[in-house]
Amino acid sequence: MAIKEFFDIPARYRTWSMALMGVGILSVIVGFILYGTGEHHGMRFWASLLQNSTYFLLVTNAAMFFICATTLAFGGWQIVFRRVTEAISVAVIPLGIIALIVLFACIYLDPHVYHWLNPEKGDKILEGKSAFLNKGFYSTWTILTIGLWMVLGNKMRQLSRELDNNPLPDAEAGRKYIFKNTVWAAIFIVWFALTVMSVTPWFWLMSIDAHWFSTMYSWYTFASTFVAGMALITIFVVYLKNQGYLEYTNEEHIHDLGKFMFAFSIFWTYLWFAQYMLIWYANMPEETIYFNSRITSKSHSGAYTGLYWFMFCINFIAPILILMRRGSKRNYTTVTFMAIVIIFGHWLDFYQMVFASLFPDHVTLNLFDFGVAAGFVGLIMFSTAKALTKAPLIAKNHPFIKESIIHHT
Amino acid sequence: MAVKKFVVGCFDEEGPLFDAVKKVRKSGYKLHDVYTPFPIHGLDQAMGLRDTSIHTAGFLYALFGTTSMLSFMTWVFTVDWPFNVGGKPHFALPAWIPITFEFTVLCSCVGMVITFMYLCQLAPFVKKHHFHLRSTDDLFVMVIECTPKTNESEVSSFLTSIGAKEVNTQMAETGWWLGRYDREQKLFEGQSETVSA
Repeated sequence: MAIKEFFDIPARYRTWSMALMGVGILSVIVGFILYGTGEHHGMRFWASLLQNSTYFLLVTNAAMFFICATTLAFGGWQIVFRRVTEAISVAVIPLGIIALIVLFACIYLDPHVYHWLNPEKGDKILEGKSAFLNKGFYSTWTILTIGLWMVLGNKMRQLSRELDNNPLPDAEAGRKYIFKNTVWAAIFIVWFALTVMSVTPWFWLMSIDAHWFSTMYSWYTFASTFVAGMALITIFVVYLKNQGYLEYTNEEHIHDLGKFMFAFSIFWTYLWFAQYMLIWYANMPEETIYFNSRITSKSHSGAYTGLYWFMFCINFIAPILILMRRGSKRNYTTVTFMAIVIIFGHWLDFYQMVFASLFPDHVTLNLFDFGVAAGFVGLIMFSTAKALTKAPLIAKNHPFIKESIIHHT
Repeated sequence: MAVKKFVVGCFDEEGPLFDAVKKVRKSGYKLHDVYTPFPIHGLDQAMGLRDTSIHTAGFLYALFGTTSMLSFMTWVFTVDWPFNVGGKPHFALPAWIPITFEFTVLCSCVGMVITFMYLCQLAPFVKKHHFHLRSTDDLFVMVIECTPKTNESEVSSFLTSIGAKEVNTQMAETGWWLGRYDREQKLFEGQSETVSA
């Protein structure tokens, strides 16, 4: 079978990604004029950028996590579309730089997103947390987080491309190659565990509610972005299939991606519920405050109630009912539709994580937020397509490639 | 259930088995079943079996578990014996979710196991005919059912020609039965081997 090894960016794709990025830039400019200064010190503007940049950064970084986790598990099935996953993870570089700028602006320009920057006098809780919540620790950790993601991700991609022109001579070399991959993947996973699964979301998102805390928060964030990352991989794989690429990828692989979306939607709900129920049960004011602005209660207006339960429905009830059947996980249309729903749903989840704390009285969601999101989507499309053109679409010399081609679910 | 006549062909590798299954289906013989020592991916498609409906059954059992447990707890704690736990409302939905979840899983999996046992006709104390004992160890056993029109010697030679290592004809009960194996049946007849030191 003659296969198309290299991806050509179709003209329409290029136009769309450019247009979306244009919309994004325009939105940022208009947003800065409307919300960048004035009554809230630009809080609305920076909060939207914070939500979008961290969300899309974590989603694209989830692609690299997926590569490393499957490498450590000696999973072979995903090798046929591994180049797509790698290409998505390249977007960590531009998105990381943008997120770094936004986060630093939130710290050093102080648009009142993080109120722990200027605690009121005699605020015992924030004084107690000051060893953790301070500018120095925040900035250092943010730079380390994003920097090491880029470096380690780059190393993983490099290891994969190394084989393209030098096939492995024998089985022994193959074993050594796999071992080397495992070592680097393990390093990435450890760093991932220290960042996305623990400290980083506490800094970036949870510290918006500086008085509140939840130890499940990072896991919750991780589950949210990982399932959206799987959805993103699925969309790109299906797109490339429709364009006539990825000849060896078939519905068996799509089925497994669908299973990931299904399973991690439920995992997300599990964490959502675990966090909610413990706080509901203990009923301590300093903890319940988080849900007061999100779910209706007597003392609050409940502006976010509708949005919150809508988000819950499309992130849990839709995936569990629609993706449950075997047939729907093997159907390209259903899987793509659900992938888009999931990405949007978790974007809304991030929206309520950021905005329900900053603007508890009314939902400010408008075209500006969607415009910024469109810009990030365009950027991911652009950088992924660019990365796809640079390497062959199939890692043909990888030791597990045969296992992946004959994969059967 | 009825006693029927079967022609049994044994294969010692799964590669030839796949070809054999295809050829048997093409030739029009009635394939009763294939017994393998371990699950083989794709064999069900090759045999032309339809997809199992056991997951639909599992979903229905789960639905039963969810609704029955939720309504039971609602009845107990709001109607029959309401009492105050830490000032929580009587209808304390979040506290019930773990119990509902566990009961859903319990109903679904126990129900599916029982359904599966019924479909495969396996149960404690219940017996079923073994076409070849080595199918639980290292032999792939293909069983063809004889219809009134089947010429069994023709089937036997056909099976040999497509790679069966051992072919025999058996009269066997197709269903399960409660009780014991026939006293006269010698399970290990002609299969003893001398062990070389």
